[in-house]
Amino acid sequence: MKNIRQVNRRDFLKTGGVFVVGVSLFGCGKEKVPGMTKSLSTDPWSPDVYVSFDAEGTAYIISHRSEMGQGIRTGLPAVLADEMEADWSRVKVEQALGDAKYGNQNTDGSWSVRGFMQRMREAGATVRLMLEQSAAQQWGVDVSECKASLHTVVHQPSGRALDYAELVAGASELPVPGLELLQLKSPDEFRYIGKDLPIVDMHDMTHGGAMYGADTRLPGMKFAAIARPPVVFGKVKTYDTAKALAVAGVEQVVELPAAEAPAMFKAQGGIAVIANNSWAALRGRDLLRIEWDDGSNADYNSDSYKQALLETVRQPGNVLRKQGDVEQSLDSAEQTLEAEYYAPHLAHASMEPPAAVASVSADFCEIWAPSQDPQSLIPMAAAVTGLKPEQIRINVTLLGGAFGRKSKCDFVEEAVVLSKKLGAPVLVQWSREDDIRHDYYHTVSAQHLSASLDADGAVNGWRHRLAYPSIMSTFDAAVKSPVAFEAGMGALNVPYDIENLSIEAGEAESKVRIGWLRSVCNIYQSFAVNSFTDEIAHARGLDPKDNLLELLGPDRSLDFTDVGLEATENYPFETGRLRNVINLAGEKAGWGRALPEGHGLGIAAQYSFLSYVAAVVEVAVDAEGNWTVPRVDLVIDCGQYVNPDRVKSQQEGAVVFGLSLARDSEITAANGRIVQGNFNNYRLLRIGMTPETHVHLVESTAPPAGAGEPGVPPIAPAVANAIFAATGKRFRELPLGRKLDLSGA
Amino acid sequence: MINLTINGEARQFDGDGEMPLLWFLRDQLTLTGTKYGCGKGLCGACTVHLNGASIRSCSVSMDRLDGAVITTIEGLAADGEHPLQIAWATHNVPQCGYCQSGQIMQAASLLVENPSPNDQQIDDAMSGMICRCGTYQRIRAAIKSAAGGEA
Repeated sequence: MKNIRQVNRRDFLKTGGVFVVGVSLFGCGKEKVPGMTKSLSTDPWSPDVYVSFDAEGTAYIISHRSEMGQGIRTGLPAVLADEMEADWSRVKVEQALGDAKYGNQNTDGSWSVRGFMQRMREAGATVRLMLEQSAAQQWGVDVSECKASLHTVVHQPSGRALDYAELVAGASELPVPGLELLQLKSPDEFRYIGKDLPIVDMHDMTHGGAMYGADTRLPGMKFAAIARPPVVFGKVKTYDTAKALAVAGVEQVVELPAAEAPAMFKAQGGIAVIANNSWAALRGRDLLRIEWDDGSNADYNSDSYKQALLETVRQPGNVLRKQGDVEQSLDSAEQTLEAEYYAPHLAHASMEPPAAVASVSADFCEIWAPSQDPQSLIPMAAAVTGLKPEQIRINVTLLGGAFGRKSKCDFVEEAVVLSKKLGAPVLVQWSREDDIRHDYYHTVSAQHLSASLDADGAVNGWRHRLAYPSIMSTFDAAVKSPVAFEAGMGALNVPYDIENLSIEAGEAESKVRIGWLRSVCNIYQSFAVNSFTDEIAHARGLDPKDNLLELLGPDRSLDFTDVGLEATENYPFETGRLRNVINLAGEKAGWGRALPEGHGLGIAAQYSFLSYVAAVVEVAVDAEGNWTVPRVDLVIDCGQYVNPDRVKSQQEGAVVFGLSLARDSEITAANGRIVQGNFNNYRLLRIGMTPETHVHLVESTAPPAGAGEPGVPPIAPAVANAIFAATGKRFRELPLGRKLDLSGA
Repeated sequence: MINLTINGEARQFDGDGEMPLLWFLRDQLTLTGTKYGCGKGLCGACTVHLNGASIRSCSVSMDRLDGAVITTIEGLAADGEHPLQIAWATHNVPQCGYCQSGQIMQAASLLVENPSPNDQQIDDAMSGMICRCGTYQRIRAAIKSAAGGEA
């Protein structure tokens, strides 16, 4: 980060000019482009890459991270605005182009605030100091007597005040001060940080003005839909375009080259139908008759693959972490417990299916895309077009949901390839079926857990065997086993204080493209670990929450660097913070309270993305096995937070996301083809199943940690544990389904 | 030639009559506030009003719309702020925002039919809509406050 900061701070004048390029390539016609990027060339003052002012004193703050519902276009700019004592009503937020000068723009891993809060504070404090210096110069007084407050600088001894608009010109002549001269605010001086702030896109989002991936309109733009290989790495054998070309509006059909392994984020190839509107393109695409060579992934069948995964986790695996002798503890135990857990593939299924616009000419390539990782599009576009990076301009639209899918911009490459080929702007529109059948799937997984209890009923052995295809297989087809960072999301870094422990990984070949989905491996590893912990509680005759707290052991900092997990500076894994959220969740939910017949409470807790979350779920199960979730209480300790309303909304959303995968969602393959295709068979939670959700934020001065993902992992296991409490029956496979089989309960 | 009124303006359509309204709105009129979500009436992202009632614009073809009066999110409120749009802001409903045009249009037709719906009636009326971000709890609250005039 240090280098980036230095580059940004010192080179602001040089880099500021980049904005001028290509602002309006298309001067006439019915064009509609996201109005998020303006020319900064007319701005009198841009003291930092993230902020500029116009002559009226309006501050333009750059949001360089992608907005996909987490509220980052409000959150990080508010941090900067706070430090520079801006009047929020005189701030305009602008979306950054994809450009390395902003530092990392890869918006995943729940780290935007963690990664950039300090940088935004420094940018804001720089502006504040320079405005104070400008005022001091105008008044001929010492800067120490000048204090910025809400878009004005006040000379404290005399009470004179100047608006920022009157200070911009003078400030622009001043040298940018070094970091050592900045004084950051103390928390009690915060104006916006830590307070609820409405999102900046509210009006656009509620009036139809918000622009997403498929909303850009350019003169002469073509609309494209693509038939992609139904089996990963399949190829076109023969095709017949007659019916497609007969559709009114269809102009031509273009064959795209097939992708070879590894998948990376490459376009998959196939046959594109080009039309003068989206519907003709989609309809023409559906009318193509294509014979495919399915290739070696055509043997992928979810039923047999599941059995193979379960067989794998019944055998010893590659030991990722070992302490003591778990085999000995299991062999000599007074009592042992064993359980197997299974979870299916999931699709991201953001409401906005992938879509992107590209316009490639002989000397320029411009892209409008809902990308989580806009800088990654520059080398891609350069490779496709042969243009230099400075001839490529990446506009980031709003993302209509992403959840990790839009880090993988195969759909943008398709637009660039087609635009280059056609010599016209192209919008590639994915249908919902395209989205669900050509995802980078959250992986299927199997896990086998064993525990030993000693003569006193204490847990003295824990063995966790897991098998699933690795995300890394998307980048290197030779990888056939979970790697440390994957196992490290809730399995390898299990925080329990148990003497003998072994975490083992088996092999599993990937047969589809595997990617990361909101909270990633935490989903299934939290499901298994928190379910198994609950099973241990019942075997021990203990209250599940008491058992969980006991297993956590004494408060301590955990370090897993010796088993290959990266430590994050200033973010130790503190079991005391996990204990705290568990206790708070119990309190808020009324753990132990009397419940109506058929109701049960379940608890689960997970440390992920450097945050601590516990959830208590109440379920209601009727005699036929139909179940609902009347209430969820979720507690998150994500360290210092910026916009509590957005942290809460992320948790409310995480509860719905977690309930979707707990109850309904499942992707399966038959002969390599994905069976599900739309919301009729890839089911997501709707309003009627949405519980009364109470989110509680832990106030903390710890550094900011993740908020977008950590709410998801505890939900599914807390549901399963609640169902056990309500019915006495344990369910170990996701999704649980809408109707539980209560036979034998 | 199909003649219809969209957000108070007379419009003509002379293309393929099987084209769903959604694509006429988005691709020919550039009214992109109405969103494509599933193409099959399963998610509600494309919801608009036909003669005041909610329809899924992805599933209604143009040849059925001669003489129709259509309202989209862009034309929902003549003065720019429908009570639901105010309530949506009060409750900070949207996350990614993509489904919200459809959600608001569906809720608006509910309130015409039933000015003070209870929770169950809201859930029933909104059951055809999907929000992957999971804003349902706030949608419920916003509809109730708009209905109660307390937005």
